[in-house]
Amino acid sequence: MNAHGEEAPVTVTSDFVRSYVITGGRRLPTADDLSLHTLVTLAPDRELPLGASPEVRAIWELCGGGYLSVAEVAAHLSLPVGVARLLLTDLFEQGHLLRRAAPPRAPSVDRGIIEKVLHGLESLYG
Amino acid sequence: MDSNRSTAETIYVSDAVTTTAKILVVGHFAVGKTTYIGSLSEIAPLRTEEKMTQASAHVDDLKGAPDKVTTTVALDFGRLTLSDELVLYLFGTPGQQRFMQLWEDMARGALGALLLVDPSRLAETFPVIDLVEKYGLEYAIAVNSFDEKAEFDEDEIREALDLLPDTPVIYCDARDQKSSARALIALVQHLLTRAA
Repeated sequence: MNAHGEEAPVTVTSDFVRSYVITGGRRLPTADDLSLHTLVTLAPDRELPLGASPEVRAIWELCGGGYLSVAEVAAHLSLPVGVARLLLTDLFEQGHLLRRAAPPRAPSVDRGIIEKVLHGLESLYG
Repeated sequence: MDSNRSTAETIYVSDAVTTTAKILVVGHFAVGKTTYIGSLSEIAPLRTEEKMTQASAHVDDLKGAPDKVTTTVALDFGRLTLSDELVLYLFGTPGQQRFMQLWEDMARGALGALLLVDPSRLAETFPVIDLVEKYGLEYAIAVNSFDEKAEFDEDEIREALDLLPDTPVIYCDARDQKSSARALIALVQHLLTRAA
């Protein structure tokens, strides 16, 4: 960390092989599938799939507690965002995961949401 | 659901939340993005990594070169619950041109961007403005000034950065919650005037 509290934003790592193993070498899904700020949680009354990987078990445990964004799941489990997104997409497609607050696919900005954000900020800090 | 949550469960977003919004906090290296996010976030700011997707898209290339290195970029972000049903995420996004793929991901669904500027290193902000404009993000300038007596006045900054007349320029101290909140409110007010 430097004086500004930021680490160098770029690091060169060799843990790509690790991600490759976790994902089975599959191509990572894009933000179209599951955005960083989409909220996810475990669906009720689901059984952990047999043979679940340690990463899926960790997601299962974390997401069993409530709603978190995709980015938060990745950060709490120290998984790269793309890897977390892929594992979460799998769980979603298998019916194990609920998602909420999925943003619109189009890059359009919703005036209603901007108004709500403004009112929220003003009530907190205005 | 369970309203009697223990401390360990407070990492979670309230069950009542139906909407999440995303605002980017952008700027050059060491301009204070993480500090800014930390001053507003209700959770300790989190860090995650995004791998450069050109590497993952050509994963077969790795077979012959298992020791090939991959560039990753750190993303710092924070969370702010704005009402019973609305949560705002602030994502710190590095301003380097080579992170184009990352920017596409980050820009999608973002309401806009707060562009942090260090008044003594204005030239480093040019490429960040290029990126923000390239991805069609509305933005406001937050001059991160630790010194009350700013080294540059607003007109100088506007001229140096070649800003449109209606682009807000706010002075803020990224370490101070109220000051950071003022900058964010100014951005969102601007976003509202720009929203169709």
